[in-house]
Amino acid sequence: MSASNENIKDMIGQQYKDGFVTDVESDSFAPGLNEDVIRALSAIKKEPEFLLEWRLEAYRHWLTMEHPEWAFVEFPKIDFQEISYYSAPKSMADGPQSLDEVDPKLIDTYNKLGIPLEEQMRLAGVAVDAVFDSVSVATTFKEKLYEAGVIFCSFSEAVKEHPELIKQYLGTVVSQYDNFYAALNAAVFSDGSFVYIPKGVRCPMELSTYFRINAANTGQFERTLIVAEEGSHVSYLEGCTAPMRDENQLHAAVVELVILKDAEIKYSTVQNWYPGDENGLGGIYNFVTKRAECRGDNAKVSWTQVETGSAITWKYPSVILRGDHSVGEFYSVALTNNYQQADTGTKMIHLGKNTSSTIISKGISAGHGQNTYRGLVKIGRKAENARNFTQCDSLLMGDQCGAHTFPYIETKQPSATIEHEASTSKISEDQLFYCMQRGISAEDAVSMIVNGFCKEVFKELPMEFAVEAQALLGISLEGSVG
Amino acid sequence: MLKIENLHVRVEGKDILKGINLEINAGEVHAIMGPNGSGKSTLSYILAGREGYEITQGSISFHGKDLLEMSVEERAWAGVFLAFQYPVEVPGVSNIYMLKAALNGIRKHKGEPELDAMDFIASVKGKMKDLDMDEKFLYRAVNEGFSGGEKKRNEILQMSVLEPTLCVLDETDSGLDIDALKIVSDGINRLRDPARAFVLVTHYQRLLDYIKPDFVHVLANGKIVKSGGAELALELEDQGYSWLEDKKAS
Ligand SMILES: Nc1ncnc2c1ncn2[C@@H]1O[C@H](COP(=O)(O)OP(=O)(O)OP(=O)(O)O)[C@@H](O)[C@H]1O
Ligand SMILES: [Mg+2]
Repeated sequence: MSASNENIKDMIGQQYKDGFVTDVESDSFAPGLNEDVIRALSAIKKEPEFLLEWRLEAYRHWLTMEHPEWAFVEFPKIDFQEISYYSAPKSMADGPQSLDEVDPKLIDTYNKLGIPLEEQMRLAGVAVDAVFDSVSVATTFKEKLYEAGVIFCSFSEAVKEHPELIKQYLGTVVSQYDNFYAALNAAVFSDGSFVYIPKGVRCPMELSTYFRINAANTGQFERTLIVAEEGSHVSYLEGCTAPMRDENQLHAAVVELVILKDAEIKYSTVQNWYPGDENGLGGIYNFVTKRAECRGDNAKVSWTQVETGSAITWKYPSVILRGDHSVGEFYSVALTNNYQQADTGTKMIHLGKNTSSTIISKGISAGHGQNTYRGLVKIGRKAENARNFTQCDSLLMGDQCGAHTFPYIETKQPSATIEHEASTSKISEDQLFYCMQRGISAEDAVSMIVNGFCKEVFKELPMEFAVEAQALLGISLEGSVG
Repeated sequence: MLKIENLHVRVEGKDILKGINLEINAGEVHAIMGPNGSGKSTLSYILAGREGYEITQGSISFHGKDLLEMSVEERAWAGVFLAFQYPVEVPGVSNIYMLKAALNGIRKHKGEPELDAMDFIASVKGKMKDLDMDEKFLYRAVNEGFSGGEKKRNEILQMSVLEPTLCVLDETDSGLDIDALKIVSDGINRLRDPARAFVLVTHYQRLLDYIKPDFVHVLANGKIVKSGGAELALELEDQGYSWLEDKKAS
């Protein structure tokens, strides 16, 4: 990253003369979106021509698209011209080559978030590709991964170092025209992560990326692409968090997973973007397209998500089960407190024979939270003996919140087996009184009940994440019991 | 240990307890009997600190402290235990997990270290054996899908693990079959101790055949209308409550 302020100004041209905010912390584009902004962004990143063209195609298509209105969420119309589409911490301008060169303030921020990079480097054996706003600030463990032949780097770096892989796989699972926010992301994505696991390789460590939105008024549009070649295996952890601000911020990411024959990807997310305050002011709009394609036989993918943050969460990590005997799993905990809204679930698209999918969804609503499960199980004509099991449970705390379930099933294959179970329960005053009478405080009682409710999902998370997820639920529910 | 003076309680604008006086010393067993709706469960809930009751007059002291000033958990930590007339189901939380959380909560408060997990399980299993409970109940969700009698037995299991000093048992005998009544009564008797007191709310003499009370009180229409020794229960069994209620009416 060698773009200085001057460079950026030049690239954006006259129109953006006073066009970007420079303060102590970051250099940003002025709000606004048009083809010049996309060209400038692409130029800063020194992208190859094909990628710029790809972005522009996405943008032109996006202009023709209507904002989708079908989700069970409510928010004021977003003015896409009010968003700034690029923001980089200033100290990143010269690009640190190693962790030592990273601004200590950034490292400090991560430490406050409980992500001690150095600590992780030394102890946990987790490689961290930390994304601060739009620029990747530190990638650790690269060497060890390199030895295994694993590529794990920022998306921008992958574009530079491995353009052929990007060209081969980008947009093949989620095309640049896929949906409104996916098209927007394709046009303006600034960075993200890229993972490539070569044939037969078991990734020697869990890979982890922490995203963090820092600058105000910045939409964050990352793009993650993971390719698991034949017989390979990787576990990928994604943690998200953002500071408190009164305005709403848009976060529209795209994640594409490509899983070839006999390969497996385990993708875990703990999402704790700022949810807004107790009156519903501020918070992140988290509109994300996540999709995996099991391209070969016996391919397997597992999405595990714990969604406690964001003012609005709107996402459906999905699996296209193309290969025969391929397996898709979705384990989800979504919590909405105060005025949070979540419309989340999954799509399992069975195309291959003997494909199977499992969906376990746990929705927790407290305060005025609205929690919707929306899931599609689709069995194609050729998907003989496809199987799906869906379990969808809702837990309500108080009587101001809501839980909604929309399971859709479409099947064109008579041999398919589809099971669906659903339940709704409530944490009652009586339960709390009972626990407290036994010497368990109200807060401990709530977290005990909630953790019990979520345990089928938590057991799918890697150990450190499970602990973090449990703690998060506790924090997120603070104040929800009298 | 416990001193209730002139306790008046109102629920939803209705006076339920109308001047209860009761003193309970360590080592004693008090039985409280009385017609349906007379306020026995209300009194039990008041001792445990349940919300939703308006205390219009009176006081309760426990070990010399003002019980009414204490929160529900504080009372539990101080040794108050209520075996519920209708034990509550807690889905998703295993019995063993809740027992452990409760015991460690109490121990922590007393400044004692958390129990070693292995020691804890061994001691709980021993107590389950005494109560003739299958170990599989440890791993089932608290009271979820338990039969009426199993729930009552589970309350006594919790009591024997937590070792409270004031044990209030609200109709623990109701819903127990004949054999279970004996097993549960034996369990309660094992816990009898000079430092521990029991309040047994019951409708039936048969419990008191197993657990001999030191005092029997009749609660009718929000007041203790008669107190006596173990023989009072036999009289009640014989004659019902009407002679007492008549007396109150006159
Ligand atoms: N929350 C409430 N709202 C209205 N009335 C209540 C409430 N709680 C208790 N009561 C009333 O108070 C009275 C006493 O109830 P309580 O449950 O204490 O009786 P009890 O002596 O335990 O009866 P039983 O022998 O049937 O268990 C009853 O008339 C009951 O309907
Ligand atoms: Mg009662």
